[in-house]
Amino acid sequence: MEAGFPFLSVITLSPIVAAVLILLLPKERGENARMLALGTMAIGLILSSYVYVFYLFNLPDPGTPWTDTLYFVEEFPWIESVGIGYILGVDGMSATLVLLTALVGVGGTLISWSIDDRPREFYAFFMLLVAGVQGVFVSVDGVLLFFFYELAVLPMYVMIVIWGWKERREYAAMKLTLYLLIGSFISIIGFLVLYFQLPSLGIEQTFDLRVWSEVQFPFDLQVTWFMPVFLGFIVLAGMFPFHNWSPDGHVAAPTAVSMIHAGVLMKLGAYAAMRVGIQLLPEGAVYWMPFLIILTTINVVYGALIAMRQRDMKYMIGYSSVSHMGLVAMGFATMTLNGFVGAGIQMVSHGIMTALFFTIVGIIYDRAHSRNMDELQGMMKPLPWAMVAFIISSLVSMGMPGLSGFIAEFPIFMGIWEGKSLNFGATPNTFLGLNPAAYYNVVALLSVLGIVFTAAYLLRALSSVFFGEYDEHAWHDMKPILPIDKVVMVLFCATMIAIGFFPSVIAPIVQAGMEPVVARVNDAIVATQDVTVVDTAQNAVAGFIRALGGS
Amino acid sequence: MDVMEILTWLIPAGPLLAFAVILLLTKQNRTLSFLIAWAGIITALVLSWIVSFSVFGDFLADLHEVEEHPVRVSSSIAWLPIGDYYGEPVGASFVEGMAEEAHGAEEESHGEEAEEDSHGAAEGEHGEKAVPDETKSGTWFRIGVSADPLTAVMLFMVPFAVFMIFVYSVGYHNYGNPRGKFLGIPNHGMEEPMFSRFFAMMSLFAGAMLILVVSDNLLTLFVGWEIMGFCSYSLIGFWYARKYDDPKKTPPREAAIKAFMTTRIADVVMLMGIVFFYRTFGTLNFETALSAESLQNAIQLSSFGAVGLGIMALMIFTGTVGKSAQFPFHVWLPDAMEGPTPVSAVIHAAAMVSAGIYLILRIFPLIAVALKAAPAFGWTIAFIGAFTALMSATIAVAQNDVKGVLAYSTISQLGFMVAAIGVGGYIAAAFHLITHAFFKALLFLCSGSVIHGMEHGAEHVHDHHSDPQDMRLMGGLAQKMPTTFWAFLIGGMALSGFPLVTAGFWSKDEIFAEAWYNWSNDANPIGLFVFAMLALAAFLTAFYTMRQLALTFAGKPRSPLAEHAHESNGFMTTPLVLLSFFAITAGWVGIPDNFLGTAKGSIFYNYFHHFVGATIYVPLEVLYNAEPEKLVLHEIFTLPWSWIPLTTSVVVALGGLGLGYLVYWRKPLEEGQPDPMIAFLTPALHNFLHNKWYWDELYRAVFVKPAVYFSEVVVYQWIDRGGIDGLLHLIARVFYTIGEWFRRAEIAVFNDAVDWLTFRFRDLGKEFRAFQTGKVQEYALASVLVAVIFTAFIYGASQGWFDGVLFFLAFGN
Repeated sequence: MEAGFPFLSVITLSPIVAAVLILLLPKERGENARMLALGTMAIGLILSSYVYVFYLFNLPDPGTPWTDTLYFVEEFPWIESVGIGYILGVDGMSATLVLLTALVGVGGTLISWSIDDRPREFYAFFMLLVAGVQGVFVSVDGVLLFFFYELAVLPMYVMIVIWGWKERREYAAMKLTLYLLIGSFISIIGFLVLYFQLPSLGIEQTFDLRVWSEVQFPFDLQVTWFMPVFLGFIVLAGMFPFHNWSPDGHVAAPTAVSMIHAGVLMKLGAYAAMRVGIQLLPEGAVYWMPFLIILTTINVVYGALIAMRQRDMKYMIGYSSVSHMGLVAMGFATMTLNGFVGAGIQMVSHGIMTALFFTIVGIIYDRAHSRNMDELQGMMKPLPWAMVAFIISSLVSMGMPGLSGFIAEFPIFMGIWEGKSLNFGATPNTFLGLNPAAYYNVVALLSVLGIVFTAAYLLRALSSVFFGEYDEHAWHDMKPILPIDKVVMVLFCATMIAIGFFPSVIAPIVQAGMEPVVARVNDAIVATQDVTVVDTAQNAVAGFIRALGGS
Repeated sequence: MDVMEILTWLIPAGPLLAFAVILLLTKQNRTLSFLIAWAGIITALVLSWIVSFSVFGDFLADLHEVEEHPVRVSSSIAWLPIGDYYGEPVGASFVEGMAEEAHGAEEESHGEEAEEDSHGAAEGEHGEKAVPDETKSGTWFRIGVSADPLTAVMLFMVPFAVFMIFVYSVGYHNYGNPRGKFLGIPNHGMEEPMFSRFFAMMSLFAGAMLILVVSDNLLTLFVGWEIMGFCSYSLIGFWYARKYDDPKKTPPREAAIKAFMTTRIADVVMLMGIVFFYRTFGTLNFETALSAESLQNAIQLSSFGAVGLGIMALMIFTGTVGKSAQFPFHVWLPDAMEGPTPVSAVIHAAAMVSAGIYLILRIFPLIAVALKAAPAFGWTIAFIGAFTALMSATIAVAQNDVKGVLAYSTISQLGFMVAAIGVGGYIAAAFHLITHAFFKALLFLCSGSVIHGMEHGAEHVHDHHSDPQDMRLMGGLAQKMPTTFWAFLIGGMALSGFPLVTAGFWSKDEIFAEAWYNWSNDANPIGLFVFAMLALAAFLTAFYTMRQLALTFAGKPRSPLAEHAHESNGFMTTPLVLLSFFAITAGWVGIPDNFLGTAKGSIFYNYFHHFVGATIYVPLEVLYNAEPEKLVLHEIFTLPWSWIPLTTSVVVALGGLGLGYLVYWRKPLEEGQPDPMIAFLTPALHNFLHNKWYWDELYRAVFVKPAVYFSEVVVYQWIDRGGIDGLLHLIARVFYTIGEWFRRAEIAVFNDAVDWLTFRFRDLGKEFRAFQTGKVQEYALASVLVAVIFTAFIYGASQGWFDGVLFFLAFGN
């Protein structure tokens, strides 16, 4: 669908314009920066709400090829000689994530309202961050996607280093940036290898993902390059064992950056891994997913276990993010529609929930100057709103029915159970010959352990931070919660409750977005059974070397 | 939607609305808050009774009609697109066809798939786009409400008991007294400062329970189930700031976590069971999934046959074990007594623990199939129930806390119900569920009234150290609190199963009859096991009830607290009277048809049996008569009369009460006199029982500590910080080291070498410094000299004097 008004361009590029304008403001007018930022974010929210609602009411029919499920398409040639174009468009999943980003963007702007250290620079970088994230979600061109991806990572570094928590900010920022840059570098290599393979398949060289989404790469090429492409992105989603940067980054980042980081940036990884990894290389996905689900299981349980021993609230939430993002990857690894839809909803649910968590921790930290659960006590009395919000997001986190977390987790578990009955034939053409039928039920049972642990650490945090006796003397300079913080909390809570009670506001659109991807995966499951390849690690290495030489 | 459907939808709405209104609007105004909570629950009560009596009216009008169509009210809406469709009602079968294709043509071997297909329309040809089927509304997950006889009896009991508790709570929290100052701890004699919040949470709790009762599918049931779990968390931890000096006592906020966590573990297993259920039946709707055809299909198509269904049943049953506090998940319930007493009443009588039993009653056809499929399933359920019943009865004997006794008695009675399910006693379990809810709510409220009176005494004598819940400090309260005494007596008699009069007798007798029939008729050893265990437990029940009554009410006051106790206010005593009525009469609707061997239906008519039995009459009948072999052990029928269970239940009830009377009532304890139980049981055994068989300590050592150790040491320190971070830091260190070497090379080669060169040039410059004299004459002289030399050189070169030298310089030789 072609759009008359360039919705997506405005959503994506207006923050960049705003960033420039903010930097041009005179220094004394620092407070205007936040108004400008808020205005930009509000415009983004309004436009992306329109995009979302429009999409929700005009869902494409099932079975539509991905190209035709893209709405609001904007297409301009850019560097034609190598096939790069400025192509924007949204499908169901990205429309949802664009709205999520806009929502978290508004929240982040409001929550940083009282920042007084170089506010202009802060907001300018924040705008760039949002622009980068939005750009990835709306890009339909490979190069554009990578461009925005890098654009999203770099402001993170600066913001953590300048406005972060003094004790760990340099270490954390460096760790984060290196992880993410190396990840994306690996992805780019994989992507370029595939790009140079296009002519051999009789296709003109282009970075237009719409073309790519129809391409069937040879099986061994997919097997070889799926992992680099997928892993490079999924690092950003905190996949075990490449999750380690994430909690450190969360802890060191200022509140608004933590919100964007956990709320949206990690989704960026999962989204790009799905868009570029799974959708373009479905047979590779089918080959590797039965193995990857083991990693995701570790993710879920392991993250929760570590979160259980943390005393620092931000570390706890950081590891809990790792655990919950594991569920997203697990949803992908089920290779079923339910799993994918669950993963999609989990991205949104986790995005809002974690953003809210970080909001609350930020509020407490600003007032009590501590995030240590051993030191905090009885915060219910001065900060009742924070407690209610913490309870609600805890309940979401532990998958309480009636809230968005359940709407996400239930389909994922359904998906695992369905994935168990996928037919891979007698000798599955997967890594190490893993057959989902053999162990997906074990995966399901192990990963629910993660839910149990989630309840354990969140309840403990709740009881030690908010309950207990409040010490008037220790917190004599406690300030009440600002109305603006309340707005953010109510906004987020309302969204989670709305999704929980009326999943039809989100489930169909996510399903519409996931359906073309799953269709390709399903085809791939059938197709890979006919391929006769000796699947050994050596073969993969051989393919790797061949592909390097071949390109 | 007809009127009944709308009314059924609206049943949970009242309390839920009350919750929202109180929390958002009227929190400041206590009077308005509790009135709104009342209004919410009264609305629910009226609506529930309308629906309930309408179903009962249908039953009175035509039993067979109700048996054929037990679901009298049913209505549902699309909620979550969980299948392979989106966009209702556009949903086309294409996607399903595609999924089928993806799965290959092998699905015949996977019965679970095929079952799901059966409720879809004909799927398209593989690989072809099928025509969208407009009539089909996709596989949206539908949620809805329904009312059948089982729902009806629950709807009769739940809102009424909850309403009684709501009325009681107003008095319990000292409405109208000066307001207490301390948040999060009990303010004796003062009005509870978080009065409004209490009613808000209680309303949410009631709403959740009603959602659970009216829901027609497992998912909404689970929604209510979990909301209740959360409410119980927040209500148990209501006095969150309370601390105890005694390290053995669990403070409320830990008790709350314990309750939530324990049930949560069971819940995730149950959730897996629900997923399994959905995969097998393709729906979570009880009526559709648990119809005879659906079950037969599932048995035929499942790769494990009926055993697979049994595993599923056990997974869902695990939820019950958690929620209804059965062994091994029973540990949370006694600590849950830390909540205010109305909370205990609502959790342990009317709502939460009943929900667990209600769940297994709901899925009973599934359990019935499991019982037939393998005796192991029956043994598991019956053992859990019977063992829990007996174990907690023994613990209750050695408790001194007035609420503690009731807590263990609750666990024990729930064990009776679970054991009844284990021997296939569907109706017996349901009957005991209802009667127990009434008399246990009554008992809890009575105990609350006693505690309230004691607290008043404590306030009067300014004693803040004595525990007002300790029965050893009570005694002689019968004169001080007559209404409470009579109500407690009625509740206690019902709990003990005092013959013929009380409700508890009839329902317990039915469980005995079921168990005995299983043994005598089917020679099923589970029946005998359950019968023996429960008889023993019932004996102990009667005994500890009498002990409790005697310690609390008989003799003379054993402390100043009891001395100055006085009767509670009207808010508290009125519910006691009303609940007492049901604690007696609720059993009369379930007198067996052939009681005392009379001809069936000639004198007695078992309304409860026929009414509730109608819920699953048809499915069980079909499954029982299935060819080639029966799929369940029994259909719903009236048990043949036997004197043995009746005699047993009369003997154990009267025996236990009599023994208790002899030991405790005839010679009431004096102040400071040790419990005769200690001498009788020997201190070691008494300690063992008093400390609850040391389950808490065992669990802490076996589960909690290792989990904490594992997460702290193994996962965090070793793997995350040691392994992954260690590797990371190692890599960083390696590169740093390389960088360091480069830096040294840099310093040595580039830096120092270049510096050396620089310095040499500088030195050279110093040598030349002598030339720079600054005298213009010398410079002029030097210029002249140079000019002369150049001139001479050029002249010489032009004359060819240097040809050889220049040629050599330019070209070598």
